[in-house]
Amino acid sequence: MTDSIQTALTAMLPNTDSVSSLLDELPLGVAVMDPHGKLLMVNEAYETLTGVDRSRIKGLGCLHALRCDYCMKDCPVMIGWDNMQARSVDANIVNRERRKIPVRLTVSPLMDESGNASGVIETIAIRGTHTLDETATGIFGLGDLIGSSPQIKKIFSMVPSIAQTDSSVLVTGETGTGKDMLAEEIHNASDRSKGPFIKVNCGALPDTLLESELFGHNKGAFTGADHDKPGRFRLAHGGTLFLTEIGDLPLPLQVKLLSFLDDKVVYPLGGTKGFHTDVRVIVATHRDLEEMVRLKQFRQDLLYRLNVIRLHLPPLRERGDDILSLQDHFLKMFQTRFGKKVEGLSQNARTILHDYQYPGNVRELRNVIEYAVNFCDDKHIRLRHLPGYLLRDSQQTPPQLTEPPQEIPAPTTQPAAQPAKSESWEDVQRKMIIDALVQTGGKKQKAAQILGWGRSTLWRKMKHFGIE
Amino acid sequence: MEKILIPLLDNDVAPRFDLATDVLIVSISRETNAMGKIEEKVVVLDHASPETMCSLAISENIQTVICAGIESEYHDYLEWKGTKVLDDICGPVDTILENYLSGKLTSGMSFYL
Repeated sequence: MTDSIQTALTAMLPNTDSVSSLLDELPLGVAVMDPHGKLLMVNEAYETLTGVDRSRIKGLGCLHALRCDYCMKDCPVMIGWDNMQARSVDANIVNRERRKIPVRLTVSPLMDESGNASGVIETIAIRGTHTLDETATGIFGLGDLIGSSPQIKKIFSMVPSIAQTDSSVLVTGETGTGKDMLAEEIHNASDRSKGPFIKVNCGALPDTLLESELFGHNKGAFTGADHDKPGRFRLAHGGTLFLTEIGDLPLPLQVKLLSFLDDKVVYPLGGTKGFHTDVRVIVATHRDLEEMVRLKQFRQDLLYRLNVIRLHLPPLRERGDDILSLQDHFLKMFQTRFGKKVEGLSQNARTILHDYQYPGNVRELRNVIEYAVNFCDDKHIRLRHLPGYLLRDSQQTPPQLTEPPQEIPAPTTQPAAQPAKSESWEDVQRKMIIDALVQTGGKKQKAAQILGWGRSTLWRKMKHFGIE
Repeated sequence: MEKILIPLLDNDVAPRFDLATDVLIVSISRETNAMGKIEEKVVVLDHASPETMCSLAISENIQTVICAGIESEYHDYLEWKGTKVLDDICGPVDTILENYLSGKLTSGMSFYL
């Protein structure tokens, strides 16, 4: 591929318009630069991958546009060519959306007629990183998705065959179950993995902006439209467009999406000319689309069109021991990130985490572990390191739990541990005093007898708890 | 006193937050809007690590990080810790500092063109 581009470019280099049109048709990112690595032009796919604005790249050093790890190592553009051979490496870039993307990078010198380097051409293609793999712990993983429960394993096993088709996919599941990740993994496992994966949140933009964002607009279509904008459908050419929160897509745009799914032609706002794009559409929602159809908030014909392949991600509370696998995975991740040595979770913390219902699903578990690792001042994550709402919401309260003797904190750390324990004990004491006083009709002497305390002890405690 | 952190590659902002080994820490004491004192120090990390860079920003009580490419997890972490992050900025450090001091620096600015 690179050789053919190089030949074509060398022949057409004086005619930059022809080169630009040629490059825009390619599904991989291409940059043409001078021998010192200053950019001359980039194509549409390069712009999509890196997020750089190509109208402002002329003269910019390629390392500042691409932000690739190879730039800091031994890229011949930076350190000089020892032979005039093309080089291909696996690398990664950080784009303008702050995402790290694994890429296959190829740099090749452009030679003039006398054999001197007159420039450099660079191509980037997204690397398909993940296939169904089993880690040493026996946990199945698909990219960043982890799980060994039967429901999740079934989804993982379906992904490779789904990826090989171009059919629309509808991913459903509660918030935080990993719908976005699954969509990205389907893209990565597909033949389109070298093309762009573009995500649009249908609930994040007002209707008019969303239409322009998705379908693009022509210059002069509305006030402030001072240039043509291609829109996400066209930017996703050769790749996948992921529409998340599809349930929030306004009805007029549902019609437009339906029309696109029928003929694969995009009509920009304010334009009459249509553009053909080769895009696979994956959509996701946490809403009940059937119910929305009944309420006439979602078009039935669009639902049928999108519902070719449907994948449902189960909520975390129904995934059994996946909670433990994910817990350990996030613990390891945050331990490395924050540079802390946390060996694991105490039995009580594990019980609380296991019994919690996780309305926010995997995302919530991730946040809980991040919080706990941040505040952990011990070798083990204990109850006091967990967010307070977990203890309040849990069916079990701390006094019912037993802390194994070997996990009692060392004396030096006890003062920090006491507030959580004494707080619950104080609650119990307050309740006991009030119960005894109610039972005795407010007679302190009798209440003290019931409680087995002396009168002075009862008065002292009543004063302490503010009971009059 | 205000402190800012800039990952460096020679005299420019490093293209990647996670791959920089040289870090410029600037302490600014403003006496008036136009006058003040600036102290600079360069910290050299033994290996590039975004976690070390974040720890450095927190331990040095940095108020603002100025960088080019940064992953969202580190960006969000720093913001969560109360450190302002101006990212997607490229150019020579001196020009960037000048713009920062005059209150003109915003995310997404390039000073090469």
